Amino acid sequence: MNIAELQAYGYFALVVFLVIALYSYIYHLYSTDKKVGGHDYEKFSNMALHDDLGDAPVSPISDDKEK
Amino acid sequence: MENRPLEYDYTVAKMFMFTTVALGIVGMLIGVILAFQLAFPELNLVLGEGLAEYTNYSRLRPLHTDAVIFGFTLSGIWATWYYVGQRVLKVSMAESKFLMFIGKLHFALYLVGVVAVVASLFLGITTSKEYAEFEWPIDIAIVVVWVLFGVSIFGLIGIRREKSLYISVWYYIASFLGIAMLYLFNNMEIPTMLGANAAGESGFGNWWHSVSMYAGTNDALVEWWYGHNAVAFGFTVPIVAMIYYFLPKESGQAIYSYKLSLLSFWGLMFVYLWAGGHHLLYSTVPDWMQTMGSVFSVILILPSWGSAINMLLTMKGEWQQVAASPLIKFMVLGSTFYMFSTLEGPIQAIKSVNAIAHFTDWIVGHVHDGTLGWVGFMIMAALYHMAPRVFKREIYSKSLMVTQFWIQTLGVVLYFTSMWIAGITQGMMWRAHDEFGNLAYSFIDTVTVLHPYYTIRGVGGLLYLVGFLMFAYNIYKTMSARPVEESELQNASPMGA
Repeated sequence: MNIAELQAYGYFALVVFLVIALYSYIYHLYSTDKKVGGHDYEKFSNMALHDDLGDAPVSPISDDKEK
Repeated sequence: MENRPLEYDYTVAKMFMFTTVALGIVGMLIGVILAFQLAFPELNLVLGEGLAEYTNYSRLRPLHTDAVIFGFTLSGIWATWYYVGQRVLKVSMAESKFLMFIGKLHFALYLVGVVAVVASLFLGITTSKEYAEFEWPIDIAIVVVWVLFGVSIFGLIGIRREKSLYISVWYYIASFLGIAMLYLFNNMEIPTMLGANAAGESGFGNWWHSVSMYAGTNDALVEWWYGHNAVAFGFTVPIVAMIYYFLPKESGQAIYSYKLSLLSFWGLMFVYLWAGGHHLLYSTVPDWMQTMGSVFSVILILPSWGSAINMLLTMKGEWQQVAASPLIKFMVLGSTFYMFSTLEGPIQAIKSVNAIAHFTDWIVGHVHDGTLGWVGFMIMAALYHMAPRVFKREIYSKSLMVTQFWIQTLGVVLYFTSMWIAGITQGMMWRAHDEFGNLAYSFIDTVTVLHPYYTIRGVGGLLYLVGFLMFAYNIYKTMSARPVEESELQNASPMGA
């Protein structure tokens, strides 16, 4: 196998990997969204919309400490 | 202390707002001078033969590019970071004396860097690497400034109340990491005073002078890996950070799809870094690398449009706001120009198109519809949104803002259309030959033909500069406009007539 052939296999493997990674990430986003106790990603927009110091954080950091 | 209500502290944001406006004026003014010098070469000698060294095109050109990139845009990025960062992390800089000190030091050292850059470039001290003209002492200063920016980002994140990082924060982090990596690798250089020749002589050249650690094609490759990704992490990533905060906030609309913003983010991060090779098509770099540059440039449409469409769809059902608010106009047109230039770029990166476009004014046109239409509009919109909140006053004049919007839009359109025509004309004339392969035109033939388009470009640039001065005046007058209540600052910015 010469270098060009190796590059071609490598290139193909990379493309397959990237496609899998991309679709897995999309799947991950949507499944986490639906899961009970998972993130509701769309709520994260509120971090910009309700950003006064007095506003309640969307996911307060103190949640971690309470657990 | 406990009894006093805590507020966001915009001291550092205000400082950078000032440099955004000041360096924007400087950079754009020099740009307009350059444009007219290209149309009317006698302007190179505008202050006489004696001062020609300082007024000629080649001396001023890096001052224009560096003033708008590292002056106007970087200041805009930092002004918005010191504003948005606090708000989406729900923590005030007043809560940390350390971060406040770092922020002020960041600004002070940046000012020193600006003075050093302006002075050295005016004196003609340069490494001759495009967009990386600074000699090694300035490079070191820039690295320190950049590290302070990083300390500020991660410091603020460290004391945050909001557990998740808002999408804009991801983009600011990417901007920080991306430019850190690019800048370090592209500016690997050796001061000439450390060099020695075969005869054992050493100490060549001035103490500030250096040569790149890379040579020939390798140097070009690293340079354009840097050059193109400076566009990525300076003109795209942080500006997307801005629009993801300011458009939803100003319009009161949640981002159309937060998940799409995450997907586009990772897409952009992965794809952008591989596209720089398109600057070196038909050069001496390996063919596979050129092809890779082309392919990744075309793929880049997807994550770019993912963000841009997400922004336009955020306005879904609220399009009357575009008509009603000049601030929304700036952002929606900015987003549209982003779509437009991220389609144009990949088209130019296709090898067969590049055969015509390379080295022509079409490239210059592409850069400017991106920077004037997208970067400039978005930074001005961000400052317009911030001004009432940091000064606690309404924006001085809405009608001035509307007038500015239309003047500048006309300016951008004149700029890129003239450069389209000029570029394609140039590309076609350079290639034209007779049946024996003799070139049909000499270089001066193209110069003569292009004169009207260069004049139109100068006028377009001038209109944009006039609009920018109106922006500066509006922001200046906002500092003494009608004071507003906190309740008026929730979403749409308060504006005077």
